[in-house]
Amino acid sequence: MENLRLLFDAPLLSVQLLLDGALIGAVFALAALGMALVWGVMGIINVAQGELVMLGGYVAFLLYRAGIHPLFGVPLAAALLFVLGWGLYRSVIFRIVDKDLFTSILATFGLSILLQQLANVVFGADVRTAESGLGTLLLFGSVTVYGIKVVAFAVALLTGAALLLFLKKSRMGQAIRATAQNARAARVMGVDTDRVQAWTFALNAAACGASGALVAMTWIVHPYLGLPYTVRSFMIVIIAGLGNVPGVLAAAMGLGVAENFAGFILGAEYQAAFVFTLLVFILVWRRFSLARQRRYLA
Amino acid sequence: MSTDTIRRFAAVAAGAFLLAAAAVAAGEGEDATILLGAAVSLTGKYAVNGKNTKDGYDIAVKRINEMGGVKVAGKTYKMKVQYYDDESTPARGAQLAERLISQDGVKYLLGAYSSGLTKAIAPVTEKYKVPHVEANGAAREFFTGQYRYLFGVLSTSDYYLRDAVTLAAEVAREHGKDPKTVRIAMAYENDPFSLDVREGVVEAAKRYGMKIVIDDKLPPEINDMAATLTKVKAVRPDLLLVSGHEKGATLMVRQAAEMQLDVPMMASTHCDSAKIAETMAQKAEGVLCGSQWDRHLSYKDRWFGTADQYADLFEKEFKYPAPYQAAESSAAVLVFADAFARAGSLDPEKVRDAISKTDLMTMFAPIKFDSTGKNIAKQMVMYQVLNGTYKVVAPTKWAETKLVWPRKPQH
Repeated sequence: MENLRLLFDAPLLSVQLLLDGALIGAVFALAALGMALVWGVMGIINVAQGELVMLGGYVAFLLYRAGIHPLFGVPLAAALLFVLGWGLYRSVIFRIVDKDLFTSILATFGLSILLQQLANVVFGADVRTAESGLGTLLLFGSVTVYGIKVVAFAVALLTGAALLLFLKKSRMGQAIRATAQNARAARVMGVDTDRVQAWTFALNAAACGASGALVAMTWIVHPYLGLPYTVRSFMIVIIAGLGNVPGVLAAAMGLGVAENFAGFILGAEYQAAFVFTLLVFILVWRRFSLARQRRYLA
Repeated sequence: MSTDTIRRFAAVAAGAFLLAAAAVAAGEGEDATILLGAAVSLTGKYAVNGKNTKDGYDIAVKRINEMGGVKVAGKTYKMKVQYYDDESTPARGAQLAERLISQDGVKYLLGAYSSGLTKAIAPVTEKYKVPHVEANGAAREFFTGQYRYLFGVLSTSDYYLRDAVTLAAEVAREHGKDPKTVRIAMAYENDPFSLDVREGVVEAAKRYGMKIVIDDKLPPEINDMAATLTKVKAVRPDLLLVSGHEKGATLMVRQAAEMQLDVPMMASTHCDSAKIAETMAQKAEGVLCGSQWDRHLSYKDRWFGTADQYADLFEKEFKYPAPYQAAESSAAVLVFADAFARAGSLDPEKVRDAISKTDLMTMFAPIKFDSTGKNIAKQMVMYQVLNGTYKVVAPTKWAETKLVWPRKPQH
């Protein structure tokens, strides 16, 4: 309660929490976009999503350690992870495309453990950071906005927009959408669905990579970072639905804000609990509102 | 399966068993090694500290063997450690302890890394009456008299940040203020270690009559401390305390700088193993770190010489500076070596009794156990990050330099 009063006494704090939450959300949005894409097109829930984020983080960290500005890590991580994503599709993912959900979760879970342990062997379990050196902006005298978070926000919006354009306009984008709607029909119409799916998974990996590079510059990277990012992506996608790019962005930022306020008011230990409770309420509410719609239509 | 196959299988199995038994017996006779066992975290979230622990054990065993081994009742033995990877999970740790004792025939156990793992393993060593000297489980609950075979060489976790509170009280007095006016904000990871750290701080704060204004618990998969630190920014405490292993230390330093917090005194555990001074010198300027050990302490022993010489040797061997996790682990091996010699026997029960009577000076700390198995001869040290290096500022007996207050971070 005391924390709540603090918010009323110092309204600028709310601005701080709101900004932090929205900017954090943008970083999550990238990974969530990828997850929505893969889920929508191939019906696979990729549990290794967080590990792809982690690998992207290491790209930024390695650049930083080599004396190169880690911001270059964003496109580089995207490019490298695109290649890795393609490789993963060709070696593992294509085998589970038409299998049931359980198989795909199990396979990607295995993949996530493999990537974690590989990162542990290659990079060590140390907690790493990459310094962007962008400094902090000061708003209204006391609200601080970390420069890299603004960049992250811009990158997330740009990537979202680019993805939307790509899906709408390009040949591959159309093929991806066609495959998402009905893979068999697309195949009959001459779409090389195998190639489409490889593209989709590679794009997903690229989005995670970019997100990871931003994570390393904003927070920390270590090999066991993945799970919270996977869970968060999953939640965002559940709330936003598949194939809804603006929805994913909005849900991601909304969750970020909710989480930050919960952490402030209830204490950090209830941060995650609050968000999960929120998720339950949203799902229940959506179920009821959908049921009402259905009744109305009938 | 026909009876014939079963019979044949049984014969083969029996033969194999006899061969193995013979091999073990021969091994004992010829090499004369004392086998210690340890489950350490080589993978999983404690992989860094797990490696520190293993390196600490290895260097001590190597040094003891170089110096001729351990003399027990006129016979010389070399030491050897059988390791398993506990994957940083307590259940696995307990399983491996069982395996070490009942399958590998290990009669003496070195500890795992972290209180969580130690908590899982201690009941196993208790069940089999196996002496268990640990160096990396600092939870207070181990030393309440419930474990007869468990001994810890390190200070318990409630001492990690206690000295920060004492320092804050001293500073307040120096500036003509009552320590009662000091306000504390703190955040702890929700694990046995950090909650013990919290207990120690709460006790110390109560003693000085200080007020705790923020008391947050961080989730174990903590990736962001923005919400807690926003609160810190709002209430402007005099002292900020964080305990969340390397992740907590790194996030505190990084995000406090990013949010331009101007708390005059900040302290954390694990900042030396998180390398905050090396990687974020400017942001970490003035941060205090609770630590078990430092190479500048004036302890020495007959195996390694001074703490400083130990640190040099360690760095030469493993190519990274010796963290306290390694030094304390080495000390655990030294305790065994000393106890074997004094016990004059390899009987686990006699070795246990010898350990309980330990009164040993090591490069890590003086070691003397009370009846609960806790090392009562040792003190914690407090570092401050100054110009990118760690300087001991407390206790005053070993202080390299005076505490800089208020801290002057460069945002």
